[in-house]
Amino acid sequence: MQLPSLQKLNEARAARRAAVVVNDLSSGRAQAFIEREDFPAEWDAAISETLRSGRPNLATLDERPVFINVYLPPPRLVVIGAVHITQALARLAPVAGFDMTIIDPRTAFATVERFEGVELLADWPEDVLPTRPLDRYTALAAVTHDPKIDDYPIRAALDAGCFYVGALGSRKTHASRVERLRAAGLSEEAIGRIRAPIGLDIGAASPAEIAIAVLAEIIGALRHRDRREEGLAA
Amino acid sequence: MTNEAKMLDPLEIAEAWHRQGRAVALATVIETWGSAPRPVGSHLVIDGEGNFEGSVSGGCVEGAVIGEAADVIASGVPRVLEFGVADETAWRVGLSCGGRIRVFLERVDG
Repeated sequence: MQLPSLQKLNEARAARRAAVVVNDLSSGRAQAFIEREDFPAEWDAAISETLRSGRPNLATLDERPVFINVYLPPPRLVVIGAVHITQALARLAPVAGFDMTIIDPRTAFATVERFEGVELLADWPEDVLPTRPLDRYTALAAVTHDPKIDDYPIRAALDAGCFYVGALGSRKTHASRVERLRAAGLSEEAIGRIRAPIGLDIGAASPAEIAIAVLAEIIGALRHRDRREEGLAA
Repeated sequence: MTNEAKMLDPLEIAEAWHRQGRAVALATVIETWGSAPRPVGSHLVIDGEGNFEGSVSGGCVEGAVIGEAADVIASGVPRVLEFGVADETAWRVGLSCGGRIRVFLERVDG
């Protein structure tokens, strides 16, 4: 691999853009391509298919053996609500490899002292999300229980195809949330993708235990999605 | 990418080492058969002194790849390595899980 290709690849990964590298196995020449770029016409099908499937593969391009590697953005976790559970998540999620962002307009909750080392934005989701769009490599967990704060990002996450959308709240809280989302015109299919009650059922009681249940559910959604997509590609 | 993940990322390390003027080789899993400990696309980065980060297996064949890396760094010619229980060298660098892997090993050039 040549340094310019390596730099281009690392920049794309840092910017959360999917990338493909075509390695010529005989010469060692490597070319990096970023999603939504124009690809060379004769390579377009192979590159686009690899980006779509997310699966590296061996191929023959221009009658030469190549290895096409693909780099999807690392999973990201956006948490709406800087609450006690979120403090535990902020320590657990980075260990599991998740980039993490916390959004909460309530400045009493969103303090740097409570969330050292993770990205914390003390603004309304309506103001933050348009500048930092959600994507299908992102999980969103809404944990304030406050419709004024939670409802907008839940809808944004469903629209963006986030691989996980979870919402904290009792069955009663969730039932009224479903009513509001239905009235706002969301489909039953979309509403059905919301994980509520949030977290795997491990009988979690403390905030830290709930955080572990939520993170485990997110990892399950991520890995089962991979398996589903592999199944579709096969 | 979290800082924790970045510190262990072979491609970030490859770029940083190259910038520091170190000779660098990059190994990539390009094919697997049966049970393989690391998926296709996984990277191991090696410098001219034999320092390394990342993995192409569960620690089974890294030693052999690092040995080959010195040759690739010297010659600049990439090569494809194959490891598996069927190898006659299996007793030395086989995969205990019974799988087979092919690894592409190349030099990182300026």
